[in-house]
Amino acid sequence: MDFIFSPEHQALRRMIREFAETEIAPIAAELDREHKVPFDIMRKLGEIGLLGVCFPQEYGGMGAGETGYCILMEELGRVCANTAVNVGAHIGIGAMCIHLDGTPEQKRKYLTPLARGEKIAAFGLTESNAGSDAANVRTRAVREGDSWILDGGKVFITNGGYADIITVLAVTDPALGARGGITAFIVETDWPGFKVAREEDKMGIRGSSTAELVFEELRVPHENVLGKVGEGFVTFMKSLDMGRLTLGAACLGGAQKVLEQCVYWAKTRWQFGEALAHKQTVQWMIANMATEIEALRSLVYRVAWMVDTGQPFTQLAAMCKLYGSEVLSRAVDAAIQIHGGLGITRDFPLEQAFRDARINEIFEGTNEVQRIVIASNIFREFGVRIRP
Amino acid sequence: MDFALSEEQRMFRDMFRNFAAKEVAPRAEEIDHAETLPGEMLRKAADQGFLGATIPEDYYGAALDNVSYAILLENLATACASMAVIVATHVSQVAMSILDFGTDAQKEEWLPALAGSEAIGAFALSEPDAGSDMLSLETRARYEGDEVVLDGVKTWVTNGELAGLFLVFARGPQGVEAYLVPRDTPGLTVGYREPTLGLRSACFNTVYLEGCRIPQSYRLGGPGAGAAIAGRAVDRMAIALAAVGLGLVESSVDVAAQYSTERIQFGVPIGKKQAIQNHIANAYVETEALRYLVYRTAWLIDQGEDFSVDASVVKAFGARIARSVTNWMLQVLGGYGFMEDYPMARKYRDARVLGIIGGPTEVHTFRVARHILAQKNLEIVPRHQ
Repeated sequence: MDFIFSPEHQALRRMIREFAETEIAPIAAELDREHKVPFDIMRKLGEIGLLGVCFPQEYGGMGAGETGYCILMEELGRVCANTAVNVGAHIGIGAMCIHLDGTPEQKRKYLTPLARGEKIAAFGLTESNAGSDAANVRTRAVREGDSWILDGGKVFITNGGYADIITVLAVTDPALGARGGITAFIVETDWPGFKVAREEDKMGIRGSSTAELVFEELRVPHENVLGKVGEGFVTFMKSLDMGRLTLGAACLGGAQKVLEQCVYWAKTRWQFGEALAHKQTVQWMIANMATEIEALRSLVYRVAWMVDTGQPFTQLAAMCKLYGSEVLSRAVDAAIQIHGGLGITRDFPLEQAFRDARINEIFEGTNEVQRIVIASNIFREFGVRIRP
Repeated sequence: MDFALSEEQRMFRDMFRNFAAKEVAPRAEEIDHAETLPGEMLRKAADQGFLGATIPEDYYGAALDNVSYAILLENLATACASMAVIVATHVSQVAMSILDFGTDAQKEEWLPALAGSEAIGAFALSEPDAGSDMLSLETRARYEGDEVVLDGVKTWVTNGELAGLFLVFARGPQGVEAYLVPRDTPGLTVGYREPTLGLRSACFNTVYLEGCRIPQSYRLGGPGAGAAIAGRAVDRMAIALAAVGLGLVESSVDVAAQYSTERIQFGVPIGKKQAIQNHIANAYVETEALRYLVYRTAWLIDQGEDFSVDASVVKAFGARIARSVTNWMLQVLGGYGFMEDYPMARKYRDARVLGIIGGPTEVHTFRVARHILAQKNLEIVPRHQ
């Protein structure tokens, strides 16, 4: 066993930390306040190769593997939840399904500009009646000669309002459903029939786009079918596994940052004649937070190593997402108590952290869905098949 | 023992519920987004007698018992927690302090005005370096002849922006004292408003006192009585805030339960899933436990018993339950819980603030521990344990 990051990964972390501290941290509050997506940041991240961190070099990527990608997400999660969300939707799910199941031609055409940040990706799975029940998608794709005609819509699509390329899940054979009847498509958003219907007004991650999309007789060439016809659901679920792991990594960075803020404040703030650090109530909060963060760190990078070494990891990725989101929420909650009034005012970053953190327990599969995934995997080993 | 509300209390409850549903709920989202409670809402509340809730009839108040008053705050908070906190500050902290400690002249001057909304009351205790620690107050009161001159900075002054009357705490020659300072007193300036996570339409301001000169007759209570006045006001507010938490949680359970019957996933309403049932049932258990703790603590006030420890018990419990229940109920709504055009996100933000304002949970927990251990003859003080 070896728990030390390679020199390359250590150098990558230093590079990302510096970029994140100088370019992203100073504008993190403004993104939230002004409801602004950081296009400049996305472009710069692309220019320095980070949007292709885990993709092969032949398609414009950096080839730093899942471990490198987790390092990126952890460092982004430290400074800006919005950037982490935007990058996660772009790399972790949007571009990921092309990386996983695309043809060499699709990767050359789509993955390469996505890895360089010349184009931005989104992941079109959720529909108004297909949230946790992802197999219940109703967007329809009908074959017409060399094309497919898509009709329907998607909701809550991260990056949806400005993405150039969206991977979309649609029903190609209603009789078969998720087992052979659902297909993934690569859609360019400037094609006729694609429309952004609305942007959501969210409690947190307000510096990200969460859009409702409508497809009206949207014509997609057959060559843009991603993977095999009828096997799109599998492609999407595989991408979500990757996304869940790195969501845990972003939560790790966020929680670590919160811990550091708490330590600083507990050392600085005096009440009742001494620094808060001398109160056991505060010491306990810090100790619990730090313990959970270390457990999360070990889990995240162990699963990244499993991905990089080709081992199955679905159940563990669900644990990363479940545990990571809850560790972050608990850390932010304790941090607010430690900071008192400062914790609930928009003049200080914890207020935003509280609103931003909450989404992690909901998106990319609610935590209830993660528990279903984990329980079904466990029971399957013992011959029990769980139906959600 | 008798756990039933009286006929009168039930009648009040229906009236409060009606007011909250008809007058407040339809505007709650707009009020939150605008971060201001329209003045007409306060006038409507005054017309119903809510701003004089527990003020006696002699002073044109509604003379509600404290259980009915808790039910009022609870019902206002089901629709708009910000409005409930404004009323609670005005009644529990300012009006009741005057009733408990004021001279006849002070009561006659201020209580009818407070009941009628001619003046809204604000509570000015916290300072930048004295949040929970009252012994560190730095605002000074200097006596000059028949006058008192106040100098200092107050933070997190609830209702600051709305107020016609400030209850200000300062350190006088004989310890902490309380003063009734009208809004138009020269030297009093209402400044920065905290942009808060929740309760966005309540207002928490910084208030500057610079050579702020008032007659000595504006002092509330005797020399050095400020700590007792502040303590009692904090206790009353603790119960009031727990009632606000109760309104937040019961309305959250209502919203989430309704949603769980309408949202179909996996071919059934999600309410048929055990995970959702557990969320809703646990939330309901906590809501009912909080309900009877709030009513009981309010009832203690009416019995004329000491309620100081009980106030901390209900505040600590109420803030914790408000946090956990709104968190679960938001989860039941999934993505829709995170959207600001559904009420859950607002309730979730409002609830979180209850763990900080009115004394953070840790301070109330400390007070409870101190009380329990004192019965075992162990004295604990906040400093240097």
